[in-house]
Amino acid sequence: MLHPVTTTHYLVLSAALLAIGTIGVLARRNIIIILMAIELILNAVNINLIAFSHHLGQLQGQVFAIFVITVAVAEAAVGLGILIALFRNKETVQADEIDLLKW
Amino acid sequence: MNFLELIWLIPLFPLAGALLMLLVGKKLDPQPPSEVAVAPGVQPLVGGRAHGGSDGHAAHGARTKVLISLLCPGTVLLSLIFAVGAVAQLGGLPERIYQVVKFTWVAGLPFFTAGGTAARFTADWGFLLDPLSSVMILVVTGVGFLIHVYSVGYMGHEGGYYRFFGYLNLFVFFMLMLVLANNYLLMFVGWEGVGLCSYLLIGFYFHKKSAADAGKKAFVVNRIGDAGFILGMLLMFSVFGSVRFLDVNQALSSGRFTAETAGFGVLSAMALLLFLGATGKSAQFPLYTWLPDAMEGPTPVSALIHAATMVTAGVYMVARSHLLFRLTPETSAIVAGIGAFTAILSASIALVQNDIKRVLAYSTVSQLGYMFMACGVGAYWVAIFHLYTHAFFKALLFLGSGSVIHALGGEQDMRRMGGLKDRIPVTYWTMFVGALAIAGIPGLAGFFSKDEILWQIYSNPHGFKLVYVVALVTAGMTAFYMWRLMFLTFHGAPRMDAHSWEHVHESPRVMTIPLIALAAGSALAGWIGVPKLWSFLPEGFRTFEHWLAPALSVETAGHAAGEHAGEASTEWLLMGLSVAVALAGIALARELYLKRLERAEALRAAAGPLYTTLLNKWYVDEIYDFLFVNGLGKGGGQALARFDNRIVDGGVNGAGWLTRLSSTLSIWWDTWIVDGAVRLTSFLVKLSSYPVRVLQTGSVQAYALVIVLGAATVFAWYLVR
Repeated sequence: MLHPVTTTHYLVLSAALLAIGTIGVLARRNIIIILMAIELILNAVNINLIAFSHHLGQLQGQVFAIFVITVAVAEAAVGLGILIALFRNKETVQADEIDLLKW
Repeated sequence: MNFLELIWLIPLFPLAGALLMLLVGKKLDPQPPSEVAVAPGVQPLVGGRAHGGSDGHAAHGARTKVLISLLCPGTVLLSLIFAVGAVAQLGGLPERIYQVVKFTWVAGLPFFTAGGTAARFTADWGFLLDPLSSVMILVVTGVGFLIHVYSVGYMGHEGGYYRFFGYLNLFVFFMLMLVLANNYLLMFVGWEGVGLCSYLLIGFYFHKKSAADAGKKAFVVNRIGDAGFILGMLLMFSVFGSVRFLDVNQALSSGRFTAETAGFGVLSAMALLLFLGATGKSAQFPLYTWLPDAMEGPTPVSALIHAATMVTAGVYMVARSHLLFRLTPETSAIVAGIGAFTAILSASIALVQNDIKRVLAYSTVSQLGYMFMACGVGAYWVAIFHLYTHAFFKALLFLGSGSVIHALGGEQDMRRMGGLKDRIPVTYWTMFVGALAIAGIPGLAGFFSKDEILWQIYSNPHGFKLVYVVALVTAGMTAFYMWRLMFLTFHGAPRMDAHSWEHVHESPRVMTIPLIALAAGSALAGWIGVPKLWSFLPEGFRTFEHWLAPALSVETAGHAAGEHAGEASTEWLLMGLSVAVALAGIALARELYLKRLERAEALRAAAGPLYTTLLNKWYVDEIYDFLFVNGLGKGGGQALARFDNRIVDGGVNGAGWLTRLSSTLSIWWDTWIVDGAVRLTSFLVKLSSYPVRVLQTGSVQAYALVIVLGAATVFAWYLVR
């Protein structure tokens, strides 16, 4: 018999996604991948929000998730825009090759 | 025709002539300016001088020259006619004063005079005809006209013909403005104007350095006097609130001012300042030195400006201010003293000069001294009388000397003349009359005026006996130097070279007719001012004094009363004495320079140093050069230059040096202390920030890692707590 999918499951999934996303942000060099990893992190949060929403029987979490999606879209748009501008100037999308913030 | 209303026209005729000449005259006169070069009165000896350009041009030039010759004397003749008409009509007026104001020329701001009354500095373009100015305009236009006519002949061969006549007409204009003005300021306009014309005409041969220098000297010396005139005029304005003659005279005779018999007050200061102006213009000591040098100008100029008219402006001005001088007896005494000193000083110089014109120049200075003596003793009408007679005979003598110079082709040194009597008889006989007149031979003009001056000095109750002695001695000197001139020039053996002797010629009629007219004047002009002593003559012979009486407030009655019967014999005696002195002077001159020239030589040798001193004009020029030109002028300039270099520049340089020093210090302070502190701070910051710097890799992911680790740490801390 299958165990029902509990809140804990969702939380574990969420934690896994967060971990994958974090590692992706830290380890990958391609900025597009990094952006995608950020999406993973955000979605891990979304899952968390929705899981607790369901668990607690309140709607605020779901509403908040929709906000996060909206912000994620905006973030993706801005991030890609910066990326294109960056590429035009530096002809690279590799994060380790872009160290202008260095002293 | 009402000439009185038209007196403002009298000066305008010559002005029109002058403007015409100076604006378009160059086109009328064919001779290029470069021909001005030769000495005055030089006749073309060989071949004549080339008249500029082609024959046609020359013919045109000759025509236009005739035009100039008619126009310029013509304007003065017109003035003369109007002047005679105006004076004749003036005689018909009860008060014998006619004033016409054409327009207000200076309208200044109101202010308060020294006396506390409100006044406004105004000056009119106004004309005043009274007996005094009427005598002056007749002299100026009459003698001026004759000299203009003479100049047509004398200047005929000179370049710059139009320029000469333009200046001459301009001079007549300014001179008429001077004597016709109704206030001191307008008079000053004329005063400066004649000074300007004098300068221009002295320097007429401007390429000759001596002439240009003489012009400059005249101008500069006159400036000193003019400064006195201006100051006197301003003082007068601040006291009386007006510079109109009539207003000033009214204020002076109103009784508000009392005579300054003891010490010098404001009136004395005023009178002295005005007299300083007069000494400049009328060549009195100490400002007389320009007049002899002014002889560098053409001879008609010497006759008109430096003998007959301009130099008498000072006498006219003093006579014009006679009420002022009457209230300041001590200043009047100074006037008399200066006059006497100048008279004898310049007469002594004239004794030995060899230049014919210089003798006459010093003689002029001396005669002006007589006029000031007369002013000083309060006999203003006699001063004007002498001015009037002197205008005739001195103009005559100058023009005669010009004729001599003309005859000799420019020679002015009497040592190279002699024996001209029969070669130029008209010149000789006219000058003969003039020389007798100036010497004071009875019956001729000079006798009446000079003798009256001597008598007035002698009879002055305040005692001018020393002045009288000086005047008498000067009279003898006058006779001597004039007849020395006559004998050296016209008598004896000719001393010029044969070539000049052959070319001696009488001047053309255009020159001799003015000479004859002036000789007639010199002979007859005095008969309107015969002494009261000659009571056998009717009053008509004393017209001059009566005519001037209203203008100069001549105390005819008072003087007449003062002449007791006992004084009549004294006066006869003095008259005889002065005639005797004159005759003695002539006789001495005849003895020394006609009969026994070797005696003159012996006397010269005997007098040695005195002769040299006189010949060098008492070294006054040298003293002035030493004291003023080199002393005050050059020395003062050098002292000022030193002051500038050392003190003024030194101050500036010192200030600059100090500024540089302080700024150097300031730079050191800024560089090492202020900048040092700043740089030390930044160095320290830089040093201390070095370890932190290595953390900043610029890699976004490194930062993200730090964030993650940090978050993880916080998280872990929550877990393990």
